[in-house]
Amino acid sequence: MADRAQPVSGAPGVGAAACVAALILGTLAAVALRAEPGKGLGPADWQALRFTLTQATLSAVFSVALAVPVARALARRRFPGRAALITLLGAPFILPVIVAVLGLLAVFGRAGWVSQALGAFGLEPLRIYGLHGVVLAHVFFNLPLATRLILQGWQEIPAERFRLAAQLGAGPGAIWRLLERPMLARVAPGALAVVFAICLSSFAVALTLGGGPRATTVELAIYQAFHFDFDLGRAALLSCIQIALTVIAASLALRARPGSGFGTGLDRPVQRWDANTPTLRLLDTGAILLAALFLLLPLAAIALSGLPGLPQLPASVFRAAATSIVIALGSTAILLLLAVPMAATVALVRRALWVELAGLLGLAVSPLVIGIGLFVIIYPLADPFALALPVTALVNAVMALPFALRILVPRAQAVIGDYGRLGTSLDMGGGPFLRLVLLPRMRAQIGFAAGLAAALSMGDLGVIALFADTEVATLPLQIYRLMGAYRMEAAAGAALLLLVLSMLAFWIFDRGGRWHAEA
Amino acid sequence: MKYLAFAAGLFSATTALAETPTLTVYTYDSFVAEWGPGPLVEKAFEEVCGCDLKLVAAGDGAALLARLKLEGARSEADIVLGLDTNLIQAARDSGLFAPHKVEASYDLPIDWTDADFVPYDWGYFAFVQDKTLAAPSSFRDLADSDLKIVIQDPRSSTPGLGLLMWVKAAYGDEAPAIWEGLSDNIVTVTKGWSEAYGLFLDGEADMVLSYTTSPAYHLIAEEDDSKATALFDEGHYMQVEVAGKLAATDQPELADRFLQFMVTDAFQSVLPTTNWMYPAVTPEGGLPAGFETLTEPGKALLFTPEEAALARDPALTEWLTALSR
Amino acid sequence: MLRLEDAVIRNGDFTLRADWSVEEGARVAVIGPSGAGKTTLIEAIAGFRPLEQGRILWDGRDITGEAPGKRPVAMLFQDGNLFPHLTVAQNAGLGLRPDLRLDAEQKARVQTALARVGLAGMEDRKPGALSGGQQSRAALARVLLQDRPLLLLDEPFAALGPALKAEMLDLVAALAEETGATLLMISHDPDDARRIADQALLVAEGIAHPPQSTADLLDNPPPALRDYLGEG
Repeated sequence: MADRAQPVSGAPGVGAAACVAALILGTLAAVALRAEPGKGLGPADWQALRFTLTQATLSAVFSVALAVPVARALARRRFPGRAALITLLGAPFILPVIVAVLGLLAVFGRAGWVSQALGAFGLEPLRIYGLHGVVLAHVFFNLPLATRLILQGWQEIPAERFRLAAQLGAGPGAIWRLLERPMLARVAPGALAVVFAICLSSFAVALTLGGGPRATTVELAIYQAFHFDFDLGRAALLSCIQIALTVIAASLALRARPGSGFGTGLDRPVQRWDANTPTLRLLDTGAILLAALFLLLPLAAIALSGLPGLPQLPASVFRAAATSIVIALGSTAILLLLAVPMAATVALVRRALWVELAGLLGLAVSPLVIGIGLFVIIYPLADPFALALPVTALVNAVMALPFALRILVPRAQAVIGDYGRLGTSLDMGGGPFLRLVLLPRMRAQIGFAAGLAAALSMGDLGVIALFADTEVATLPLQIYRLMGAYRMEAAAGAALLLLVLSMLAFWIFDRGGRWHAEA
Repeated sequence: MKYLAFAAGLFSATTALAETPTLTVYTYDSFVAEWGPGPLVEKAFEEVCGCDLKLVAAGDGAALLARLKLEGARSEADIVLGLDTNLIQAARDSGLFAPHKVEASYDLPIDWTDADFVPYDWGYFAFVQDKTLAAPSSFRDLADSDLKIVIQDPRSSTPGLGLLMWVKAAYGDEAPAIWEGLSDNIVTVTKGWSEAYGLFLDGEADMVLSYTTSPAYHLIAEEDDSKATALFDEGHYMQVEVAGKLAATDQPELADRFLQFMVTDAFQSVLPTTNWMYPAVTPEGGLPAGFETLTEPGKALLFTPEEAALARDPALTEWLTALSR
Repeated sequence: MLRLEDAVIRNGDFTLRADWSVEEGARVAVIGPSGAGKTTLIEAIAGFRPLEQGRILWDGRDITGEAPGKRPVAMLFQDGNLFPHLTVAQNAGLGLRPDLRLDAEQKARVQTALARVGLAGMEDRKPGALSGGQQSRAALARVLLQDRPLLLLDEPFAALGPALKAEMLDLVAALAEETGATLLMISHDPDDARRIADQALLVAEGIAHPPQSTADLLDNPPPALRDYLGEG
């Protein structure tokens, strides 16, 4: 299509991408420039790199592979509570790491529920510490997101196609070939790339569940370089490697994307006539049940351990909760301002790969490095404490950007593919097309992305550490402070509060997006 | 932004900013928390100094030093409170600190002669366990047993580094052998003390590396006397937490006053039940009830700052090698 | 008057040439075998496909470089002519103002247009709740409101039954008559062509031939067309 026949301009997206890239690469440069000549990368760093790659790859593969049957089961079945379950399934992803790890161990650890059950039968307790434990934890965190991304792909297939398939008497195998496999080819690589990038910057999870220093990741190496050795050069170098790895993986995954579009649907609810045999129904039910148990039991453990702690919560925890909410709202606003134009650009321009990569950068780079870089940049100019809230909101937005893009881009592609031409022929112009067509038809996805951003921001600990002071503290920071003072029960109560608030924020945005729009 | 302005207004409501000087103290997170020593210390000092004490939290000990190095001589900090002996050499090498003028008779098991840093509390590292468990009497004993322990990574945690130094101080060249013996006892290595202690309380391990004062928290705050520490024959490594004055401070007299205040009763009496460590100068009222039940090691181990700085990297390499098998 | 001057249109490795004029108010059916390039031709005139060579002129003005929305063209596609999330009135209103900021007078015109196509009372329904015929009428209401001098149709009524399709075609012819618009419509069915188009142009073997009288073309088809029509 000729450039002049675009329904909406790709320029704002390019601008947004440039800002994001400038922020991340700029902070990285700030750290590097501040460095004094130190020792380069040692054998321990290379070992960290190898382990990081291994666990990230395995985690991505398992997360997406397990997400496919669960998403398919969810796509095929309607049952009461389905919407609530889908929302709840998003929970592990948004918890602060330490809370989620303790919850996971409460179920799968040496003294966890599963081990206790095994013990009742005289069996050995579960051995969770090791590479497999790290992968398990990563799957726990990322399965919900992968499932949701793939489920979205399923729901993008218009109802008309399913009716056609039903009319042709296509069984599940044919549906797989005709409809589902092409859809997966489009959606799965992106999901793999995102999960891989998330696991690349894993630190506490990998260490705690890895069982020992063999489970050192690049992120820990960066942490060590900064805190232990104050070798900023090495921190910057390792961060560059992290970014390079993500860029490579993302390019490979995103390139494997054939053409788009399934034709126009007419917004009727998706009804499917395949997969009504008892066997398949059983399989689907099993998949959903297992996934729900795996994801919800640790959450239940967190809730149970948190309830007794709730009455003990000091006032500062609630103040911190309010701060977290304010930051989350700001962060969501910034995210949408960046993500929607960028998604439109990616949908419009065939070679917009680098816009997508700019979006993924936030995932690849260590939050510690961004924090240090920003601190180095801001400190000579302004008081870091005064800027704590906006800086945290900004960085949280950038870190949520990759997920938002994964959610928004396929939808933007579908909408522009289906209606771009009509908009152009009506001389709609970028503004009206955005307002009348793109945004309304993307409302469900925008709601989901906003919900995710809000929840992620609430659970984030990363950047605030360098910018916070006594007054400005977020809820995750208060949880850590409670834990550091032996007050584990109160910390558990605060964690439950965080869980509830995050889920609430997510649910409000997600439901708001989907209200009167077909998901 | 409005919230910050409100908070700032509240903060300065107690003193008129234009007249009173501000003393900025950088310290670690758990110090400034509402349930830590911070609020009480602030109140006590502001009563006697006619100034505004501002406590700034910056992570943990190592993060404190890193933050200071990032800020350099332009730092607003007048005092840094919360480094430990393992970090003193690096702090001194940074050239950011000035000698102190504090005179005090410390109740530490060792003599304190450092010219730049003043100790404010201390403790012994020890393995905490349930008191019904048969406690090992030494590292070798622990290594030979089937007990499961959880420890912290020395690269990211001060207690983790403390354990590293402990084994090194007690065993010197035999440290690698000890670590190899311990490798099958170690359930996992965590990023920080909080995760490890949480895992221990959840039953994931029989013992956790912590302090001899940990059972005091459970006894006094939770009325739970089920925790005990294992007493090792080799002796226990100490953690001494210190504070120092920055050379570039714009409030040198006030800073000196604070450091001197730090070793007086008003400050020291706050510490045992908020920071859960032994005070550097025992308050006149003595230690709170419950502290007498804590185990006292027969021998106190501590590297000098120079020794600690030299031993750190080789000890880390040994640890990595032994545990990465 | 629409003029294609030495136009060459490329679609992949397929090339289409055209060099002819259509006078104002004419009604031309575009016929030819499948894959011959009928849609390519219409897309080029509408502005969705660039010309490799040559020019398109309307009333003497060169519109070769103009964006599709700026051309004096109203187009109906095979499907996707309506936005499913907007009401019938809103879809129609887009013909007047693409940003849908209509004043009272314009809103009244929308009502009139909807009544003209037989959709009075359905203003607030969404396309999903309409029958195929009603959806076509809604799209035609918008075309009426757009009031462009050149109307391009890419078989938007193909999914309707014969009676309904004939009805729609008659409506199109009536609207074109009322507004004086020029009509170019792709047609697979020669009867459709005969019904409302007095001229027809053949697209076959890489060439879009100049328009001739429909009766002449269909009664004495050239070889390329004969196989397609299937008559002897």
